[in-house]
Amino acid sequence: MTLNGSQHGAQRDESWRRLSTRMLLVHPVRELVRYIPALVGLVVAGRSVGDGEMWWWGPLGVVLVIALSVLRWATTRYRITAEQVQLRTGLLQRKTVATPADRVRSVDVTASPLHRLLGLAKVDIGTGSQRSASGSGSGLTLDSLPTAEAAALRAELLHRALSPSVDERAGSSPSEPGGLPFEAVPVGDVPVAPDPDIELVRLDPRWVRFAPFTMSGVLAAAAILGLGWNLLDQMNVTPSDVGPVRGFVDHMEQTAIWLGILQVMVALAAAVIALSIGGYVLSYWGFRLTRHSQGSLHITRGLLTTRATSIEERRLRGVELGEPLLLRAVHAARLSGITTGLESRGRADGGSSLLLPPAPLAVARALAAQILRDAAPVEVSLTAHGPAARRRRFLRVLLPASVLVVGAGAAIWSGGSLWLGLGAVLTIPVAVLLAADRYRSLGHALSGGALVTQQGSLGRRRDVLACDGIIGWNLRQTYFQRRAGLATLTATTAAGRQRYAVTDLPLSMAVALGNRALPGLFGDFLEPEVPEAPGAGSPIAPG
Amino acid sequence: MQLRDPAHHVSPRAIVFWTVRAVPGWLILLAVQLLWFLTSRGDEGLRVAALAVTVVFASAHLVVMPRWRYRVHRWEVTDTAVYTQSGWLSQERRIAPISRVQTVDTERGPLEQLFRLANVTVTTASAAGPLRIHGLDRATADGLVAQLTEITSRSEGDAT
Repeated sequence: MTLNGSQHGAQRDESWRRLSTRMLLVHPVRELVRYIPALVGLVVAGRSVGDGEMWWWGPLGVVLVIALSVLRWATTRYRITAEQVQLRTGLLQRKTVATPADRVRSVDVTASPLHRLLGLAKVDIGTGSQRSASGSGSGLTLDSLPTAEAAALRAELLHRALSPSVDERAGSSPSEPGGLPFEAVPVGDVPVAPDPDIELVRLDPRWVRFAPFTMSGVLAAAAILGLGWNLLDQMNVTPSDVGPVRGFVDHMEQTAIWLGILQVMVALAAAVIALSIGGYVLSYWGFRLTRHSQGSLHITRGLLTTRATSIEERRLRGVELGEPLLLRAVHAARLSGITTGLESRGRADGGSSLLLPPAPLAVARALAAQILRDAAPVEVSLTAHGPAARRRRFLRVLLPASVLVVGAGAAIWSGGSLWLGLGAVLTIPVAVLLAADRYRSLGHALSGGALVTQQGSLGRRRDVLACDGIIGWNLRQTYFQRRAGLATLTATTAAGRQRYAVTDLPLSMAVALGNRALPGLFGDFLEPEVPEAPGAGSPIAPG
Repeated sequence: MQLRDPAHHVSPRAIVFWTVRAVPGWLILLAVQLLWFLTSRGDEGLRVAALAVTVVFASAHLVVMPRWRYRVHRWEVTDTAVYTQSGWLSQERRIAPISRVQTVDTERGPLEQLFRLANVTVTTASAAGPLRIHGLDRATADGLVAQLTEITSRSEGDAT
């Protein structure tokens, strides 16, 4: 598929272009919303100064904000040349941000409801440089282009970024335009039919049932409660003065305590479930993951705000299969990619690295196998880390639990309630169950050229990291680990979390694992093998 | 299968350096306690005990930590890999292939300049993996940087 072929005509348009005119409707609205506190302040100030003669302060503020946003639109231009994407902003302080086109690693297209109403979409171009933590220089944002233009730009940028890999494969497939730099591709080349995308997975609406088993609902409920409380606080309203709250408190005073607690719990649970389902639908509705034949994965999702993300497969170093306890209880999991150059990790909706929202475990595993082109790393049974690691799992949860028990004992002795003791003692069986599960989850393997490591209970995760993505080892032993003969082997990588740890495995096993994953690296640093008794594992080939 | 220690110790002057560097923290704590000792009345035993505990811990730390560190802190560079070992209570060994090395820096803090010491930091493309060698003799550090620059310039690729 040629890059400046059929779609773009003979001459690439390298002139400076403005963002969509329709942004003149979006920007002022958004800026006005952003400046509401300042505007309210202006109105209040205008009223109070000199008997209200300064009433025009408020309207003036509105006009100013609108004028500024129009000015911003008018001074913002972008252009796309053969080498760079450039964005120029500012009137007094002109700023030009340029991103080399061959460094583009991700192109996200996002459209909020307002954008969609106007047929617009925002384009985030990421270069994924690790060192620009300040946020500037790590790509640029075009806010916004008409939807069709945004989609075309995304396709164009991604294919262009992929062209080096086409280079590498030059000659392997005759249908490729010979691995020439794209500028040199003769215009009027035989138009190659766009390769169909292969759909790997599509959201099944029934998966919404997993939403209540994620933490998103709890977090949303907490956020809403916090916000409401803050609002009341700022408006100097005592919560018990608000009608519904007043009624609620009266109702509570008239019911039995256990009934009251029960009612509150049920109401909270209902709210959390509703919120989590709402969040799931908003973020993931219409989720679709396709594989483009030129080597990238495309994800589209979102109910109101739609989002399209692309991940180049040559940037993909592996996957993370997340199985938090609650999701595990209903045989579900989520999947994210381990990718170099995607920064929005850790966002509530999974960010750009998300490959599958909470879905049945079988679906997640099948998808991981398809993405890795190998089922082994996902299915392989893991090597356990042995009795010392198990002891450590138990110690690490039982110590805090026993501190709690001792503390409760002291409290009872000095006249505290007996309930305290019951609560503290009950943490012991929970701790034991947790430790047992943490040990059961702990394990590692080398499979299909990838390091597989799994750990955690409440947030269990299986990471599959391609060995050629590992760029170093950290072998760490705390004082207690040394006494137990254990070590934590961490694979460092330029992708994803940057570090993937294999926790608490026997020291010799750790060294052997590192040595097998990256053969030769340890070579000079290994102790000369002490000859052991023969038959200790490796069969000797006859002859 | 075991890893051996890296070949080279850091400079013996690092022992004094680590000792001196640890002193101010203990001095602040001691000063706070002395203030408490001089200003308050009553529970004399408690104040004396606290002071004694601090003095014991401080001197143990100042005697043991630097020597222990010196025994642990080691480094080695071959044609294929950089290998460091650091820490004392918690110890860590880091290995990075030369082909993945991105930058080599030296730095000297004011106190280190006083002791004619330098740190060498070898970074890779991972945010998790910088290899730091603390307390090197300045000449050794310069030689190491030159050696690493020479070796890394021979390898190719973008090191991710």
